[in-house]
Amino acid sequence: MAQFEKSFTLQVPSSTENLALIREFVSAIGAQAGFDEKDVMRLQLAVDEACANVIEHAYDLEATHEVTIRALIDDDVIRFEVIDRGKGFDPARIEEQKLDALIRDRRSGGLGLRLIRSIMDDVQYQIVPGEKNELRMMKKLKKRT
Amino acid sequence: MSTNFQIERTELGGAVVLALDGFLDAHTAPQFENAISSEVEAGHLHLVADCRKLSYISSAGLGVFMSFIEEIREKGGDIKLSGIEPKVYQVFEVLGFHELFDIVDHVEAAVALFDQGSKRKD
Repeated sequence: MAQFEKSFTLQVPSSTENLALIREFVSAIGAQAGFDEKDVMRLQLAVDEACANVIEHAYDLEATHEVTIRALIDDDVIRFEVIDRGKGFDPARIEEQKLDALIRDRRSGGLGLRLIRSIMDDVQYQIVPGEKNELRMMKKLKKRT
Repeated sequence: MSTNFQIERTELGGAVVLALDGFLDAHTAPQFENAISSEVEAGHLHLVADCRKLSYISSAGLGVFMSFIEEIREKGGDIKLSGIEPKVYQVFEVLGFHELFDIVDHVEAAVALFDQGSKRKD
């Protein structure tokens, strides 16, 4: 049977208050895609970290902006895209930092990126300064045997 | 909107036990930060985070532990953790935090660790 891609979008004001709502959204979609409870929580964590970084760093904790979370389920793959129109960042700079430096500088957002990278199978950034930042992450569904 | 995170404070065997209940994320981490800060200011340096009812933790929550641990240990205290659910524990594991903290099953065992000294390897 041919598979078709399913797409879901959530747009919320840029307040940390909405992280709980974002996790609910991810949980429902992760379960629908066939991920088990442990992996659903990992997906929640990855998207939470991405959105928390957007709210804290791209928007400087200003709640008047928007964060868009787009989820795509395609066969055995789930993709999440977190989109904002705030300040961009240089992913290479953060990836060079060692874990102890990230821990000491815990407000850098680097710890969250480290978590995202360890959870997801692929992470890509598309940063257009002053226009749009997109964090795209993908996780493959483990086939049940 | 009410926050989905609460802290209950008790004292046990000379230690302060902070029972964490709910979701510890970037929104609720300041609550936890304030709670630990108050204890440190009051000179209470034997702290146990009872995580039995902790449903979720993100890097913002882990960051609170990390931001105080150096100061507390320098002053002769520590933060021990107890009762972490497996799905929450995996977050500690991903970042290697389980090697930085004493983590045990029960609050009583965590409190007893203060009499035995830290198992932590520097």
